[in-house]
Amino acid sequence: MDANLVQEAIQNVNLSAIMPSLVLSGFGMVLLLVSVFSPRGKTTHVAWLSFIALIVTALVSLGSWNNPQAGFAGSVVLDNFATFFSMTCIIAAGLTILMSDGYLKREGYPVGEYYTLVLFTTAGAMWMASGTDLMTIFLGLEVLSVSLYVLAGFFRDQTRSNEAGLKYFFLGAFSTGFLLYGVALLYGVTGTTKIAGIAEYVQANPATTTNIMFVAGGLLLLTGFLFKVAAAPFHMWTPDVYQGAPTPITAFMSAGPKAAAFAAFIRVTIIGLDSMQADISAVFWILAVLTMTIGNFVALGQKDIKRMLAYSSISHAGYALVGLVAWNEIGLTGIMFYMLVYTFMNMGAFAVLVLIGKKGEENLTIDGVAGMGYKRPVLAIALSIFLFSLMGMPPTAGFAGKFYIFAGAVKAGYIWLAVLGVLNSAVSLYYYLKVMVSMYFKDAEEDFGWVSMNAATAISIVIAIVGVLVMGMVPGPFMEMAKLAGF
Amino acid sequence: MADNLLSLMTFFPLLGMLFVLFIPRDNDGLLKGFTLVVTLITFVISLPLAFDNVFATSGGMHYREFHEWINIGGFFQMNYNLGVDGISLWLVMLTTFIMPIAVLSTWKAVEKNSKGFMALLLLLETGMLGAFVSLDLFLFYIFWELMLIPMYFLIGIWGGKNRIYAAVKFFIYTAVGSLLMLVAIIFVYYYAVQSGALINGFGIQEFYKLNLPYHAQYWLFLAFGFSFAIKVPMFPLHTWLPDAHTEAPTAGSVILAAVLLKMGTYGYVRFAMPLFPDALPTFIPLLATLSVVGIIYGSLVAMMQEDVKKLVAYSSVAHLGFVMLGVFAMNMQGMAGGMIQMINHGVSTGALFLIVGFIYERRHTRMITEFGGLAHKMPVFATIFLIVTFSSIGLPGTNGFVGEFLALMGAFEGGLRWYAVVATTGVIFAAVYMLWMYQRVMMGTVTNPANESLKDLSAREVVVMLPLLVFVFWIGVYPNTFFDKMNPAMEQLLTQMGHKPAIVEVHHPAAIPAAHAVEHAPAAHGHN
Repeated sequence: MDANLVQEAIQNVNLSAIMPSLVLSGFGMVLLLVSVFSPRGKTTHVAWLSFIALIVTALVSLGSWNNPQAGFAGSVVLDNFATFFSMTCIIAAGLTILMSDGYLKREGYPVGEYYTLVLFTTAGAMWMASGTDLMTIFLGLEVLSVSLYVLAGFFRDQTRSNEAGLKYFFLGAFSTGFLLYGVALLYGVTGTTKIAGIAEYVQANPATTTNIMFVAGGLLLLTGFLFKVAAAPFHMWTPDVYQGAPTPITAFMSAGPKAAAFAAFIRVTIIGLDSMQADISAVFWILAVLTMTIGNFVALGQKDIKRMLAYSSISHAGYALVGLVAWNEIGLTGIMFYMLVYTFMNMGAFAVLVLIGKKGEENLTIDGVAGMGYKRPVLAIALSIFLFSLMGMPPTAGFAGKFYIFAGAVKAGYIWLAVLGVLNSAVSLYYYLKVMVSMYFKDAEEDFGWVSMNAATAISIVIAIVGVLVMGMVPGPFMEMAKLAGF
Repeated sequence: MADNLLSLMTFFPLLGMLFVLFIPRDNDGLLKGFTLVVTLITFVISLPLAFDNVFATSGGMHYREFHEWINIGGFFQMNYNLGVDGISLWLVMLTTFIMPIAVLSTWKAVEKNSKGFMALLLLLETGMLGAFVSLDLFLFYIFWELMLIPMYFLIGIWGGKNRIYAAVKFFIYTAVGSLLMLVAIIFVYYYAVQSGALINGFGIQEFYKLNLPYHAQYWLFLAFGFSFAIKVPMFPLHTWLPDAHTEAPTAGSVILAAVLLKMGTYGYVRFAMPLFPDALPTFIPLLATLSVVGIIYGSLVAMMQEDVKKLVAYSSVAHLGFVMLGVFAMNMQGMAGGMIQMINHGVSTGALFLIVGFIYERRHTRMITEFGGLAHKMPVFATIFLIVTFSSIGLPGTNGFVGEFLALMGAFEGGLRWYAVVATTGVIFAAVYMLWMYQRVMMGTVTNPANESLKDLSAREVVVMLPLLVFVFWIGVYPNTFFDKMNPAMEQLLTQMGHKPAIVEVHHPAAIPAAHAVEHAPAAHGHN
């Protein structure tokens, strides 16, 4: 950045453009102090304080709905698009916090910093969603990732958690390298890191699209994003990280940060790389099919439910990519809607897993939930609703989400992609059903006596169920919001 | 009340289900009694439909309900769009009629976790009724999928030994078909939007008027047809059916046979055929062939079964072959035969599954070789069983005769002559497998000591069977009660498809569908 730009940025400071994340970061730092001065092992109040912090942030964030704010020389824009994704991340973080308190106590890690890290991750996610400059997006991505590296490895004397943290860190750092290199190349060609600036430059110089440096830069940039959303062939880290990380963090990673990554991904591709639409769509067509197929087929053989859901989350990233391939309004709106839906259904499923796990969670396997339908009927029904939604069965929200995404593909003429997508959904039925087969069609070997309900986790499950059912049966208002949030 | 009769009827079971959830799980009698009352009230709600003469005079949709449901400006509109015509009327009535019978059949048979069973039955009823009365493709799809979930659990939790395999197979088969249909539905919608046609959400009546190009119709028919063919089921997509039927609890089998299979045939008549009439002639030879193969194959396999329930399951494949053959004849007799055969199959195969349930509850086996000479011990049962057997074979005087005769005659006159000739042998096979089974189970002397102490039917069991027997003879002797209200809708359907030039060659060259019907079909006598 040259001196002029810095000058411009300083003049254009508009704090209201970053107000939500500012509020959240402020709370995060205060909470850091609160947890330092709290007695060891007492974290419930930190959890509730951080929940309140999220509610305040949500209110601040909603205040800018339909009232876009740009700031810092146009490197941050708090538009509806950003707000929609921010809200998705806030909801994800809220559900995470609700299910964490009981979980951390059971696993023996009641540490207040955990909540602070969740808040910082969310703040990073919000920057990503509102960044209109590749550097802002990068900044948000790093804040988000670094917090998540720590959270994934939070259980520091558990090998699996360590493995998750370390693996995520190494591969994440590697992918960030790709991303940054891409940014550098794009800057080299176009002389700007602003997304809109890149688009303007290409429009003024159409020859850029054949410039090898520009193409390579774009591809590297997209690779970085594909890694973050866990799309094939950059999904390898997902299963181990998701399986090893603390369960609420797994749930969080699969929803909030992923939504943020999609937000930046969409903004960069649709606005910055609009000139390469045909090529990107062609590549993403293949990647979407690959991602869905790999995710679904590998999930078929999984015995560990967390690991199965990790693969399922890969396949769901594939469905979302379908919307990006479509590259039309309904496809993009569909992605936004789907990310919100996915937050509810996937986090709901994880919340049930959090409750029924024993310490160490060795029992979270397909066989481990045998007969749960009779011993813990309410939890089993809840889990079934989430699984039906993940399958895409009406009248749950999962169906509505898939419907809009595939509708986008059909409208854009990608009928075979839609067919491959629904066939993939058909494959996915089998592994989701496997869990239900075990819960309902097998006899209970254990009495599930260790399951102790706690109010916070129960609330998170109820919120998720309401979300899944309401968005499934009355999707109109939510789609309308997502539509307003599009560009 | 007539304004929202269909909604009331469709969602009353769902309301009942919510109440069932609050009945204590160990109060078995209350659970079953309450569910019975709910299904009976649903039946009573639906009764005005059966007595309404408007169906005899007009073939259009009646009892319309219309509300905007989802409207995302510029993307989609989905409407809550209900209606019933002569085609869906009797299927709706069959559903509300069979449900109390299914509930009664669970009295002794379901002991484990009856709360869940009752809740699922009621949810299933809402799904089935909703699918029959939806006039919006999107709404139809939602009800269509909604039926899957309760049936899956009914088979999987309360089924026989292989229930898990059967339940998963049932679920995946049906879901694969319907997912492809979903893509087709979206495609039709966008085609309509982009061609600037006047549409009303996903309303089928507006979609009927679309002039889709042949090439698109070809693929769309394939997608819809595949989905419905799985549900019917047509050979060679039938393999889920014997498993599902055999493993399902009696009530599940009854509903599966009586109503769920009709979803497939109904889907052809309501959606696949009239939506894509230009592609239909291309597929009729294939579909008619598969129907005939289904008739012959189903009969032959049924003949070789050791298990009574499996035998009945395979006989379903054959019976539905007749339905499909009649429908594809594309004339009034065939269509009328197919439609009435749908009802017949619901009545007689439902009754057969109940009968199998009776002996299974007594002996906990369904193997033919375990029985013999039961007629001596259970005379009432023997009489009822014989009547139902005759009905299933299609003996004149029973309902089966009317349906099969008309379907075959329609096919014979409608350009499917040789198909009809081959299919007729299926009627003979039906007599062979049914009578042979009856003979081995009921006739002769009691050879197995376990059968010595069998009790005849209880009053409850007779009450369960009686309504079905009434319809066996009613349809058999005076089918016009039913045809009268079906004819205008079928005429309208055929004319509507007949207006498309490509369809003409399927008909007998000299015949115009409507006129043809008045001439030949006994069905048309009462029509004025």
